[in-house]
Amino acid sequence: MRRISTLGYSVKQGMKSIVHNRMYTAASIGTMTACLFLFGILYFVVANFRYLMEEAETTVGITVFFDSGITEEEIGEIGEEITNHEDVDRLVYLSADEAWEQYKEEKLSPELAATFGNDNPLENSASFEVYLKDVEKQAEVVAYIEGLDGVRQVNDSQSFADMLSGFNRLVGYISAAIILILLGVAAFLISTTVSSGISARKEEIGIMQLIGAADAFIKGPFVVEGIVIGLVGAILPLAVLYAIYYRVIEYITESFDNVFSRMEFLDIQTVFQTLIPVSLLIGVGIGFIGSYLTVRKHLRKGLIGD
Amino acid sequence: MARYDLHKDLQEIDAPVILFDNVSKAYPTGTHAVNHISLEIRKGEFVFLVGSSGSGKSTMIKLMLRETKPSRGKVYVAGKDLGRLRRSQVSRFRRSIGVVFQDFRLLKDRTVYENVAFAQQVVETPSWVIRREVPKMLALVGLSDKHDAYPNELSGGEQQRVALARALINHPVILLADEPTGNLDPKNSFEIMNLLNEANKRGTTIVVVTHNREIVDSMQKRVIMINKGVIVRDEKGGYAHAKN
Repeated sequence: MRRISTLGYSVKQGMKSIVHNRMYTAASIGTMTACLFLFGILYFVVANFRYLMEEAETTVGITVFFDSGITEEEIGEIGEEITNHEDVDRLVYLSADEAWEQYKEEKLSPELAATFGNDNPLENSASFEVYLKDVEKQAEVVAYIEGLDGVRQVNDSQSFADMLSGFNRLVGYISAAIILILLGVAAFLISTTVSSGISARKEEIGIMQLIGAADAFIKGPFVVEGIVIGLVGAILPLAVLYAIYYRVIEYITESFDNVFSRMEFLDIQTVFQTLIPVSLLIGVGIGFIGSYLTVRKHLRKGLIGD
Repeated sequence: MARYDLHKDLQEIDAPVILFDNVSKAYPTGTHAVNHISLEIRKGEFVFLVGSSGSGKSTMIKLMLRETKPSRGKVYVAGKDLGRLRRSQVSRFRRSIGVVFQDFRLLKDRTVYENVAFAQQVVETPSWVIRREVPKMLALVGLSDKHDAYPNELSGGEQQRVALARALINHPVILLADEPTGNLDPKNSFEIMNLLNEANKRGTTIVVVTHNREIVDSMQKRVIMINKGVIVRDEKGGYAHAKN
């Protein structure tokens, strides 16, 4: 009963303080909104890049060709050795006939293909398509396969894999740096807002301390204020991001048609089922920590002199 | 952590309710507000602290409230050394002390009712108890008809009665009043002193800092005169007898 009454008091006073310090509150909410909006945009980029990476890991493969005159049995042994490597996800065997059929289908017109009759110009082109668990391990796996007996040639797409993983890392670092700076600014502004609230209510806090209010009771309204700022500062950008997600993707695919037109992006539910809790946690967390530490500092310093 | 319960402690021990043991207080500015004061105030006493401005009276009130700590010596309340109280214990200790100031220190944006109720909210009294107790207390100090008024709509005497109601609402063991009649006319001053006297008769120990010679003379209570941080006289009677 007492706790409920104290909670009610804290919420009421916290809301009053928000209205009283509306300029500071608006500035804090604005900064938090900007931070979490940017966070959301960066999250879009990172999440979609991760998705593309995962896609790439299943599509960017290694092709292994064999020495001429190799037997089916020897090919089977090579296949087994490749499969045993820990970074290899799966292996697909493409016989010379299948390779020629595939080539004809993709590259040649039916008339031109017919001129070859039953000949197979790719008779030495049986191969393994090797798919990896982690695209970053491609160089390592290629070196391993090249060292196997009976392997004539290994084709890979290392430069593409390098580009993807390098870009992914760069985006990750830049995002982390920007977000940390912005969250620092947001925490500072919340602290300023709460400090201004404390100054405005200095007399009241002094009276509270003199008549025996516990620190938790004094801190309550300020912590509520910080949490509300964080909460509103998280909900606003989430709403905007939700509204613009597909437009952003549309814009990117149209603006960079040659790069992105054939790529698939994450659907909105998948993105937001992570983004919503993370943004709310960051907003409320920064609001809580910023306000709690500020009011604790002021109370420790002693508002009523010593 | 042991809870600090002054009501309980006072029932259990026979120590003075307030004890200054060779207490000195120097401020960082170099001012020596209190010098080697030793003093006992027993349960149920009514004591006036008198002296000229800057004599150290208000510092003594601050020491009793643990608003400040002594530079030397010890202040005990109900046998407890206030210097050894932990932060959480200080707030609990203050719940048993009522305080009244010359400038009333009311919350200007709250009504009379809310100002008094605030003292109970602060100590987390259930709201149904607050609804029952506050009107009774306002009746006791003669402010039933000012329930919804704001402090700036009240006279000085009325504001001090609100402050007194706020100080008494939690049934304090000790009531400390720092110049409670400093801003009041003689009629209101006597009314406030009567209310303090009534609280004293109900068992509350009262310590009043004052300059008001007429009041001290009329009450004939224990008078402690401070001069330059030192007790120069401590006896029952009027201000004149306590003259330096």
